[in-house]
Amino acid sequence: MTIQQVFFLAVAAITLFAAVMVVSTRRIMHAALWLILALFGVAVSFALLETGFFAVVQVVVYIGAIAILIIFAVMLTRQVFLDVGPQLNRGWWIPAVLVAGLYAALVGVLSTWSGFQTQAAALPEAASDLSQFGLALVDVNAYAVPFEVASVLLLGALVGAIFVASDRKGVER
Amino acid sequence: MTFWNDPVNFIGQWLQSVLVSWGVAPDVAQIILLVLGAGILGVLGLVWVIFLIWYERKIIGRMQDRLGPNRVGPWGLFQPFADMFKIFTKEYITPDGADVVPYNLAPVLAVAGTLMIWGVIPFASTIFGADISVGVLFIIAAGAIGELGILFAGWGSNNKYALLGAFRSVAQLISYEIPMVITLLIPVMFSGSLSLQTIVQSQSLWYVLLAPVPALIFLITQIAEVGRAPFDLIEAESEIVAGFNIEYSGLKFGMFFVAEFLHAFTAALLFAVFFLGGWRGPFAEQFPLLGFVYLWIKTFAVYWFTVMIRGTVPRFRIDQMMDINWKMLTPLALVMVLVTAVVHALVRPIGSPVVSLVALLVANLVMLVITLQFIRNSARARRRPMVAPSTVVVARPEPQPTQSNPE
Repeated sequence: MTIQQVFFLAVAAITLFAAVMVVSTRRIMHAALWLILALFGVAVSFALLETGFFAVVQVVVYIGAIAILIIFAVMLTRQVFLDVGPQLNRGWWIPAVLVAGLYAALVGVLSTWSGFQTQAAALPEAASDLSQFGLALVDVNAYAVPFEVASVLLLGALVGAIFVASDRKGVER
Repeated sequence: MTFWNDPVNFIGQWLQSVLVSWGVAPDVAQIILLVLGAGILGVLGLVWVIFLIWYERKIIGRMQDRLGPNRVGPWGLFQPFADMFKIFTKEYITPDGADVVPYNLAPVLAVAGTLMIWGVIPFASTIFGADISVGVLFIIAAGAIGELGILFAGWGSNNKYALLGAFRSVAQLISYEIPMVITLLIPVMFSGSLSLQTIVQSQSLWYVLLAPVPALIFLITQIAEVGRAPFDLIEAESEIVAGFNIEYSGLKFGMFFVAEFLHAFTAALLFAVFFLGGWRGPFAEQFPLLGFVYLWIKTFAVYWFTVMIRGTVPRFRIDQMMDINWKMLTPLALVMVLVTAVVHALVRPIGSPVVSLVALLVANLVMLVITLQFIRNSARARRRPMVAPSTVVVARPEPQPTQSNPE
């Protein structure tokens, strides 16, 4: 086992544990904190795959923006937000069986793939060059349209936020 | 390669050969060296803070017509050590009902958010932690981790003042990140790379000359990111109950201060790297150690300037702080990115650095004049009274006819 594999297994274990804790912890604030650990684990996985850009963007967007937004929302709603009562209902074993079956099926399908056992090849040096990625985002034949559609979505969100937050003249609040 | 030319890599290669001769596998030896290097860089960064504290107190003291620390050691140099040992011996008090893990993690994250930046800064042409292709984004991500530390502190302390302080701090940090990130686009645009080493190498002309207005915006946002005067309203000691760190004591409290001093220096370091040419200077390529000296001189010039600002400018109110960011810095930064991109694209085919320099300088100057005019107009509009004062008839003594000479 190479050092990278050891790293990957440790990171994967931590990420999965954190993800389970997100849904099983009773305090919603703790769930947000576990979510940050899980997202960080995903960022480390990206870094292990030598995609530094996605690793860093994962931290910037998901931890720097979304997680902080979630924490703000949680803190501004109720003080502790402690969940009481049972966390599982009687039918909990149905999704458990379904998910286990899906996992087994996915592993079974993937194991028939020829590249399942081979070691990952080292990425070429040019793969860390971001200019190709940047050009693809503005190339009409590549990802220009999805990129622009995403921008329109963000613009809609911005307009909505301003509409919700603004003091409209003449309207009693 | 000799020792005096490039000591860090010399020692690194020597250690690598020693480890390999001991029978350690080469890739394991590489990882041991990386961990060792990261550890040494972190420890040096933290030890450097001890000097920074003395330096800053000394400058602030002189500015306020005092001597500053002058009792312990020559020129008071050992005063921070005395403070450090005092803070080591203090008791850790954990408040009742604190959320222990976030509470204890917060000081660590606050320091880590700053120290992580040191990992990607090119200290010289061959001395750097990692030259990653997304260095600029990495710096922004590290800032996010510092914010997380502040939120953890506010939440974990189980204190409403700490929580409010954390809200205040994070609101300021997130707001000022926006113009900071926008202005960082300009060095990236000039150099065509997100890697800090490439940005430094492509600064044959310092970017502060090509983009003085964005450089100024970056400096202002960096001061705000550190949260120092004039942006220290988030923990204004003289007016409110400190901030997110109110429930901390001993070294945990000290860690927040270490983070602040280190961040202030790192802000100057980043300004030197992005806008002042980093380690570039005469003979810096042949003698990497010389590049390190250049970088340190530039950084200290910027750091001294920020300390001067801290010592002279009064604190902003919260509405002024938000106004400056959202109504001035963010639009100006957006416009500057557009203007710089257009002018740069227009003059680049000419291929003469002098033409680029003049064109970009003129563009910056025009934008600066327009901005100042806007500020002047809005200030005048704010000063104008809502109701014009009516002319009130006032009994006024009639001017007496001058008496003729007494008989």
